[in-house]
Amino acid sequence: MTKTIINFSNVSKKYGKNEIISDLNFTVNEGEFVTVLGSSGSGKTTTLKMINGLEKPTSGKIIVDTHELDKCDLVELRRHIGYVVQSVGLFPHMTIADNIAVTPKLLGWDKEKIDRTVDQLLDLVSLKSEEYKNRYPGQLSGGQQQRVGLARALSTNPPLLILDEPFSALDAIIRQNLQQEIKALHQKLENKTFFFVTHDINEALYLGDRVMIMNHGKIEQFDKPEKIVANPATDYVKKLIATVRQNKKLWEEFK
Amino acid sequence: MIEYWQENSTQMMQLMIEHARMVLTALLIALVVAVLLVIFFIRKDNWMNSLVYFFSLLYSVPSYAFFALLIPITGLGEWTAIIVLAFYSEYVILRNFITGIREVDPAYIEVAKGVGMTQTQTLLKVQLPQALPAIFSGLQITLASAMAIATIASTISAGGLGDLLFEGLQTGQVVPILWGTILTICLTLVGIIIIKLIENIMISDWYDVQKG
Amino acid sequence: MLSEIIKYFQTSSGEYFTYLEQHLWLSFSALIISMIIALPIGYLGSRNKFVAAFCQTFSQLLRIIPSLALLFILIPFIGTGFIPALISLVVLALPPLIVNTILGFNEVPQTFSEVGLSLGMNQFQLLKQISFPLALPYILNGIKLALVEIIASATLATYIGAGGLGTLIFTGLGLYKMQYVVIGAVSVALLSLISMWLMDFLIRKAEKHDKNNY
Repeated sequence: MTKTIINFSNVSKKYGKNEIISDLNFTVNEGEFVTVLGSSGSGKTTTLKMINGLEKPTSGKIIVDTHELDKCDLVELRRHIGYVVQSVGLFPHMTIADNIAVTPKLLGWDKEKIDRTVDQLLDLVSLKSEEYKNRYPGQLSGGQQQRVGLARALSTNPPLLILDEPFSALDAIIRQNLQQEIKALHQKLENKTFFFVTHDINEALYLGDRVMIMNHGKIEQFDKPEKIVANPATDYVKKLIATVRQNKKLWEEFK
Repeated sequence: MIEYWQENSTQMMQLMIEHARMVLTALLIALVVAVLLVIFFIRKDNWMNSLVYFFSLLYSVPSYAFFALLIPITGLGEWTAIIVLAFYSEYVILRNFITGIREVDPAYIEVAKGVGMTQTQTLLKVQLPQALPAIFSGLQITLASAMAIATIASTISAGGLGDLLFEGLQTGQVVPILWGTILTICLTLVGIIIIKLIENIMISDWYDVQKG
Repeated sequence: MLSEIIKYFQTSSGEYFTYLEQHLWLSFSALIISMIIALPIGYLGSRNKFVAAFCQTFSQLLRIIPSLALLFILIPFIGTGFIPALISLVVLALPPLIVNTILGFNEVPQTFSEVGLSLGMNQFQLLKQISFPLALPYILNGIKLALVEIIASATLATYIGAGGLGTLIFTGLGLYKMQYVVIGAVSVALLSLISMWLMDFLIRKAEKHDKNNY
C-alpha cells in the first residue's frame, strides 16, 4: 500500500484579481521523485511554496505528511521538509557547517550529533568535510554551494524535499553532474520524496519518476515520462515534446 | 510673533540676506573647486579616493570646533564661516560627483572612445551629463546642512539667522528662536526649490524618458 | 600658544577631565537612548510601508531644522541643563539611525528570509539569526552617522547649560583666550574622528563575510 505524502484538493491561489493557480488537484506518493515542468508564470514555484506554507492557498485543502496545512504548526512542519532554492540561499555570515546545522540547532540537538551529521552530509554530497566545513559560502563555487544547499536540506533527515530550480543557475557540465548525483542520491535514500521544480524539459524527463507539466496555473499532464512522450495529453505538451525533437534533429544533421 | 516681526522686520531681512549670502558663496566655491578637482584627478583613482577621505575627515569635525579652530588663522567674521561651510559642502558635493561619474556605464565610455572623442570630450559630453542627477542630489543635501550649520556661525560674529537664535537664548524669549528656526527652514526650502528648477532645466528630456 | 596649552593642562587638568566626562556621558546616553527608540522603529519600518513613509518624512523634516534651533527651542519649556540637551541630541540622532536600519533590513534578500522560514525558524529566530546579522553593517553605519552628529551637537550643549568640551570653546571665545578654544576644538575633533574610525572598524568586521554572495 503506497502512502500519500502530498495531497492538493481544489487548491487555487489569487493575488488580487490575478489567478495564479486554479483548481489544482494532485497526489504525490511517498518515495516518488516528482518533477514539475513549466515556464515562468506557470504557477510551479507558487505550488512548491504552498507545500511548506510560504504561500497560502486562497481556497482548497493541502495535506502534507498527514498534516492539514491550515491547521498545523508551520514552523514545526518546515523543520521536517528539506528546501533547496535556485539562488542557493546559503547564509553568507555563517560557515558551511553552521549553515547545515541551522535546523538541527533549532531542534536542540547536542553538539556531537550535529558535528557527526555535518560530516556525514558533506560526505554524501561529495565534499570533503575537513576542507569545507569551516569556510564561508562566498569562498565556494556555485556548484559547491548548491551541494551544501542540498546537504542543508537533508540535515534533519526529512521524509520530503522540495527543490525550486536548484540547478538552473549552474553551467551545463556541472548541472549534468549534479543531476546524475541527485538521481543516485534519491535511489540511495530510501523512501524520500523529492518534489523538484524546473523549466528544463530534459531535466524534468530525466529525473522524474513522474512529471507534472504545468501551464497557466493548471496541470496539463501528470504522468510517467515515457507515457508523456508517447501520449501527450494536450496541445501544449505536444509542442513541448516537439521542441526536444527539433533539437535532436539539429544534432543529427550535424553528424 | 507678528508683533516681533513688525518691530524687527528690517533687521531680520538683513540677517536672512547675510545667511543666504554666506551659504551661497560657500556652495559656489565648493562647486567650482569640485569641478576643478574632478577635471584634474578624474583618471587618478587613488588621488581621488584620498581626497574624498581627506574631506570626509574634515566633515566629521564638529562645526562649532571647526569655526573656533579657524579663528587664530582667519579671524572672526563672515569669511571664516564661508570657508568652513565650503569645506563641509566640498565633501558631499565631491562624493556625489564621483559616484555619479563612476556609475556611468563603461560601455558608453567605450563608445565615446570608439567614435573618436578625446578624454576631456568624453568627460564633458558623456560622463558629466549622466552624473548630473547625482550631483544635484548632493547639492540639495549640502544646501540643507550648510543652512543649518550657518546658524552656528553666529558664534564667531558672522551674522546670519543664528543671531536670532542667540538673541532668544540670551533674553529667554521663544519668539526670536522660533523666527530664526522658521526663517532658516524657509531659506532652505527656497534653496531646494531653486536647485530643483535648475536641475529640471539642465537635465533635459532624456532623463525623464529613461526613467519612464 | 603651545606653552599656554601646556600650562592649562598643568593647572586645570581636573577641569578638563570634568568637561570630557560630561561630553562623553551626554553623547553616550543620547546614543543609547536613540538606539533603543530607533532600532525597533526601523525594523517595523522595513516591514510596514506606512511606518517607513512616516519615518522618511520625519527624517527629511528634521534635516532642515538647524540643530542649534532644536537645542534652544526646548529651553522655554523645560529649562536648561542635562535633560533638555539629552532630549535634543536623541531627536537629532534618530533620523540617521532609523533610515539606515530600514535600509539595512530591506537590503536582506527575500530569499534568505524564505529559506530561514523554510528551515523552520520562527519570526524571532529569523530576526536574530539571519536578518539582524545581515542588516548589521548598515545599522552600524547609521550609528556612526548618529554618533558624529551627537558629538558635534553636544559641543553646542554648553549653551544650554549641559557643560562638555564646548564650554572650553565658549569660554575661550568670550575671553579671547585662544588656548582654550584650541584645546576644546581639537579635543572634540579628535573625539569625533576616533569614534568614526572605531565605527568604520566595526563595520568592516561585520561585513567581512558578506562579499560576493548575492
